[in-house]
Amino acid sequence: MRNGFGISMNKSEETISISNNNGENLLVLLEEEQRKSGYLSQEFITALAQSLDTPVSEIYGVISFYSFLSNKLQGRNIIRICKNLPCFLKNSELIIKCITQELGIKPGQTTPDGRFTLVLTNCIGACDKAPAMMINNDIYGDLTPQKITKILESYK
Amino acid sequence: MPEKHIVLRNCGVINPEDLTSYTARGGFQALKKALSIGPEQIIKEIKESGLRGRGGAGFPCGLKWEFTRNTKEQSKYLICNADEGEVGTFKDHFILENDPFSLIEGIAIASYAIGVKKSYIYLRGEYHNLSGRLQNAINQAKENKFLTHVNIEIREGAGAYVCGEESALMDSIEGKRGEARFKPPFPTDKGLWQKPTVINNVETLMNIPQIILNGAAWFNQIGTERSKGTKVFSVSGDVACPGVYELILGSSLKELLINISQSDNIKVVQIGGATGRLVPGTAIDTPLSFESVLGAGSITVFNETRNIMDIVYHTMEFLAEESCGKCTPCREGTEVMKLIIDKFRCGNGTQHDMQLLTELSSAMSLASLCGLGQAAPNVITDSMQYFRDVYESLIPANLRGVKA
Ligand SMILES: Cc1cc2nc3c(=O)[nH]c(=O)nc-3n(C[C@H](O)[C@H](O)[C@H](O)COP(=O)(O)O)c2cc1C
Ligand code: SF4
Ligand code: FES
Repeated sequence: MRNGFGISMNKSEETISISNNNGENLLVLLEEEQRKSGYLSQEFITALAQSLDTPVSEIYGVISFYSFLSNKLQGRNIIRICKNLPCFLKNSELIIKCITQELGIKPGQTTPDGRFTLVLTNCIGACDKAPAMMINNDIYGDLTPQKITKILESYK
Repeated sequence: MPEKHIVLRNCGVINPEDLTSYTARGGFQALKKALSIGPEQIIKEIKESGLRGRGGAGFPCGLKWEFTRNTKEQSKYLICNADEGEVGTFKDHFILENDPFSLIEGIAIASYAIGVKKSYIYLRGEYHNLSGRLQNAINQAKENKFLTHVNIEIREGAGAYVCGEESALMDSIEGKRGEARFKPPFPTDKGLWQKPTVINNVETLMNIPQIILNGAAWFNQIGTERSKGTKVFSVSGDVACPGVYELILGSSLKELLINISQSDNIKVVQIGGATGRLVPGTAIDTPLSFESVLGAGSITVFNETRNIMDIVYHTMEFLAEESCGKCTPCREGTEVMKLIIDKFRCGNGTQHDMQLLTELSSAMSLASLCGLGQAAPNVITDSMQYFRDVYESLIPANLRGVKA
């Protein structure tokens, strides 16, 4: 029996019970590459499609579903500013404005030097410290315009 | 009713990196007891305790375990749902950060009772920084021979709210797009890899060791008739003291918001996040329980200065963005609702729009495939119920009273 990405269901179940991240789970593979290379290149996707014997479209389908996966080159550091209500109440719009001004880019864009990509995101589970954002895997809360410059400086 | 720490009893007390500080507080005694009384007795205790799921739906925990235990399939799975994507929710983060060991013990007991050899913890991608601590807790438990009967693996999400929905979550663990599945079959019957699967929220599993240690009768006398035990709440918004609080179920909103987190001039409270309910400030005596309102325990407070349409719009924007798109009522409905609310926000609503919102709401809650689409209209129906005058004031004067 074939499952969504062309490996035998029985086999995958078996291998998964034996080892962690057995290298056959499409999402796990994509997450690993995303973490390592910062994005999922055309070459990687094609090679993966071949090795898993699955259509490229299937892989794109998974990539486009998850907001952490990207097939476009991203900045070295990814800023995700939360835009949901608890943060909105604490002036997240001011923080968004402040960062777009500081970096000279809009949400969805990357700085020309490749240092930062800026995106708006949904709740990151730091609403008690609103307004909050993540840079890569780190969470920053209780943000004020004064704090922004200092935080950004620490990322090269 | 006061605060009471069952789930949070070790938070801030133990060293979350060191198993010996957990065992010093009775850690893994419950597992020992569980292994001695056997699976049937464990499930009986959990059923009698009245413990219901803390992830939002409130399904009786013991029943779910029993269904899965009683299937004939040899391989079955337990999944701990640590996806916590609901807007305003951060309690599971707090728990994982401060007491990963109780969760591991809860998973170990549940796995033994259900007859599961492989469990997953599905951790949202945003909580990647917690995975090291969680893995450390698993490793230490393993080294101390507490996990000889089960293998626990952490799987990370990649930024998709709907993956907190149980069937979407299983597709995500299988490596696919996290889209909700048609039900039935239910996960207890055909879940992960089409095998019987129990999915429980972090907080649900945190209750297990204490129930096993202290007994069903002890747990059963805490709370209300149909809501036993405590609930952990994440409080945010217009309050002086935002944070994580654990209260006996049935405590009033007033106790939590006025006495504990100190808010005033409350216009409205959103309980249960984007898919939750609105409670107007005038109903501050509302009890927090499954019989009343609860959700996953996120409470966001809006004071008198806040604009209702901002609340509705932002909620709908979130839902439209996070809809997985598999079924039409939700995919299209959330978008249309967002656009209509935006019209009201700009003072360009019509009577017809109000009627459309009502019709869409009932269609979506009836016809959507999963809880996201079914609950998406909540914010619309609640706001139209409590703040109808606001909607009407946003219809241009010359169109008011014109029937659709
Ligand atoms: C859109 C959506 C998102 C959900 N997100 C979560 C979540 O992040 N965490 C969670 O435990 N349950 C979530 N749930 C509920 C789960 O589907 C499921 O009911 C729950 O994990 C079962 O565990 P429990 O019985 O212990 O509550 C979500 C449901 C829906 C419809
Ligand atoms: S209700 Fe929404 S989130 Fe759920 S399956 Fe349908 S489109 Fe997807
Ligand atoms: S709403 Fe911004 S972190 Fe939760």
